[in-house]
Amino acid sequence: MSELKLMKGNEALAEAAIRAGVDGYFGYPITPQTEIIEYLMTERPELRTGMVVLQAESEIAAINMVYGAASTGKKAMTSSSSPGISLKLEGISYLAGAELPAVIVNVVRGGPGLGTIQPSQADYFQSVKGGGHGDYKLYVLAPASVQEMADFVEDAFDIAFKYRAPVLILSDGLIGQMMEKVVLKPQKLRMTNEELIEKNGDWAVTGKKGRERNIITSLDLQSEKMEARVRRLMKKYEQMEKEDLRFEKINCDDAEYLIIAYGSSARISQKAVELGRAKGIKVGLLRPITLFPYPKKALFDLADQVKGILSVELNAGQMVEDVRLSVEFKVPVEHFGRTGGIIHTPEEILEALEQKIIKNGSIRHHKTRESSIL
Amino acid sequence: MTEEIIIAGFGGQGVLSMGKILAYSAIMQNQEVSWMPSYGPEMRGGTANVTVILSDERISSPYLKIVDTAIILNQQSMDKFEESVKPGGILIYDPNGITAHPTRTDIKIYQIEGTKLASEMGNKKIFNMIILGGYLKVKPVVKLENVIEGLKKSISERYHNLIPLNVEAITMGMNNIVPYKVQEAIFQN
Amino acid sequence: MEVSDIIKPENQVFCKTKLMTDNSLSYCPGCGHGTAHNLTMEVIDEMGISEDVIGVAPVGCSVLAYDFMNIDMTQAAHGRAPAVATAISRLWPEKYVFTYQGDGDLAAIGTAETIHACNRGENIVIIFVNNGIYGMTGGQMAPTTLAGMKSSTSPYGRDIETMGSPLKITELIANLPGVYYVSRHAVHTHKHARKAKKAIQKAFENTRLGKGLSFIEIVSNCNSGWKMGPNESNIWMEENMFPYFPLGDIKVDGILKK
Repeated sequence: MSELKLMKGNEALAEAAIRAGVDGYFGYPITPQTEIIEYLMTERPELRTGMVVLQAESEIAAINMVYGAASTGKKAMTSSSSPGISLKLEGISYLAGAELPAVIVNVVRGGPGLGTIQPSQADYFQSVKGGGHGDYKLYVLAPASVQEMADFVEDAFDIAFKYRAPVLILSDGLIGQMMEKVVLKPQKLRMTNEELIEKNGDWAVTGKKGRERNIITSLDLQSEKMEARVRRLMKKYEQMEKEDLRFEKINCDDAEYLIIAYGSSARISQKAVELGRAKGIKVGLLRPITLFPYPKKALFDLADQVKGILSVELNAGQMVEDVRLSVEFKVPVEHFGRTGGIIHTPEEILEALEQKIIKNGSIRHHKTRESSIL
Repeated sequence: MTEEIIIAGFGGQGVLSMGKILAYSAIMQNQEVSWMPSYGPEMRGGTANVTVILSDERISSPYLKIVDTAIILNQQSMDKFEESVKPGGILIYDPNGITAHPTRTDIKIYQIEGTKLASEMGNKKIFNMIILGGYLKVKPVVKLENVIEGLKKSISERYHNLIPLNVEAITMGMNNIVPYKVQEAIFQN
Repeated sequence: MEVSDIIKPENQVFCKTKLMTDNSLSYCPGCGHGTAHNLTMEVIDEMGISEDVIGVAPVGCSVLAYDFMNIDMTQAAHGRAPAVATAISRLWPEKYVFTYQGDGDLAAIGTAETIHACNRGENIVIIFVNNGIYGMTGGQMAPTTLAGMKSSTSPYGRDIETMGSPLKITELIANLPGVYYVSRHAVHTHKHARKAKKAIQKAFENTRLGKGLSFIEIVSNCNSGWKMGPNESNIWMEENMFPYFPLGDIKVDGILKK
């Protein structure tokens, strides 16, 4: 049965994982996402569904546990926050290379280094430009509400198994720590081992009963074979771009100016749009829901309609590069963001739009680009 | 209807749980809610604050600079959040420990002796419910029956026997919130 | 003339287990890995568990173990095999899960994963091949490289003052309550190989009985890395490795041998 609850984003994600029939969660505590493993340990999912929850000795061990579980065709996930995700990147690269389905959650905090425990979106590059070594991409979902924290768990596993590829849920401290109303889906049954072997037996290592052996590896010492593997990966990413791109347009129909923002920044920017509209500024919001694939075409098309675009991010200017690439310099594109764990206010965003885009609309963007951080 | 509130005070005053009960109460009357805490070391006795939004519509930003109502429970929070009340908005504060009282004249200001009343009632833990009562008196955004439902949802079942005490505290708060006039205060001083 | 003309079934006295593939081994002639592989596969074959076994290959010389072991296998990142095996065993408790790791993998980069999987008493088998050197990358110093022993990164011999003493990881993990069986062996002679096989068998029996973690160290040679001939390397191993890494049981049925 569906259930309405008031929950933190982290808790909603954890509960959704149990309800999605996830087989294994492997994690290591780090602020601001520790509620995920705490919730799972408290809920005793081993009694509810048989789900295995294990606190690993490190983020590195946790991601490799996910690798092991995923090797056997099980639904496995881990979660962490920025410094911990840095540690997991080797394992994430292996998951991509070995073509394994898995879900990784990053509840981002500020960096670099130990940084701050406060919200941030400074892991955009790390998430969409590889992060780990080699030619791979992650399918990246960016939730902007507690409801999406819950819903994206199942969506992420669907994509992970559709492509046999790792999927990242890129949240942040704000979405993870805030509480909102959430409708939880009914409990899905975990797959039995027999069902799993039926479905994933052509590739998963489950013991070679009644078939030739399966091998999971990311190693190809023969260059031609390795290139074929990379090409296979690229094909998947192309297909993701065609079939599984997600974004949302808010107030864009008559927009003269555009704000682009994802996750928590999108929520705050939406308020800035409301404030702007109240002042008579025709501003709209484009919210990428997937960061890879990226809504390049939607941006390219909107660039014909609007006079300028402001990329609002809780970082020093990362996604703005993809916005510029997408619009191919048709209109000025500027970045606005706060760092250090400071969250920009709707008022600040509107002011930045007015100063950087509306007032400077006639100036070519490169002239105003020197300082993009407040 | 949208009500944007910031509740700010010391960790341990029940700031976050007061926000949670308020949010649950609004859910009971089918409203949208968001509850956005400050988090981290604040939990260990520093300042804590939470932004709560109740609305009939989808809530955009859960994080705000300007709010309809600020409920302020210590001096640090007064210094920080007096400015965040929108003109015509409401500031409610407990004068206990406040050395620099609010000075704005473009907002409505109320005092409630929450700390004193809680100690008179012999239970410091109901402090936040007294404050909530005071707030609901001047801004009845949620009905008392929905607060009781909200309480049931947000506290574990083994403490449900304490609900009458909480209701008593809310009533106490409702009966003891008083307007505070900045001009008079300055004159008296 | 074909191989089948030379080796006729009726003339066959010994044969390799069918759980070894026909791929030619990537190991240097004289290396102990081939024997260690074969013994492991023989045990699995003889126990009739080949369809219920999942192996985890490491990074190092035996990274391609899955090319030779004809069972379901997954290849782990460097040092992480015990973490990978942990999850497999937790999600498939009825399966036989083992890792096959070298000294760099298990006792250097993967020390944390090794110790914690052992400490949790995961119901798995760890086969640890210790040849005191990094073979795959061409003979660099390993955590188990002996004092004074030369390698490409200790060209003047391992200086224990600056490089630490060779790590007795096996004795270390034997002290953990979660570890049920620890035994150290060699595979360079028939006699030693028979003993090693018995130990490997006991280890997989422990998995069958759900006893927890079994850890088999195989002290082996690396004639290439040691810059010796195979025979010479085996003699050197007996004279130098065995005194520091003495063969025999270290912990049996959860009880430390004194």
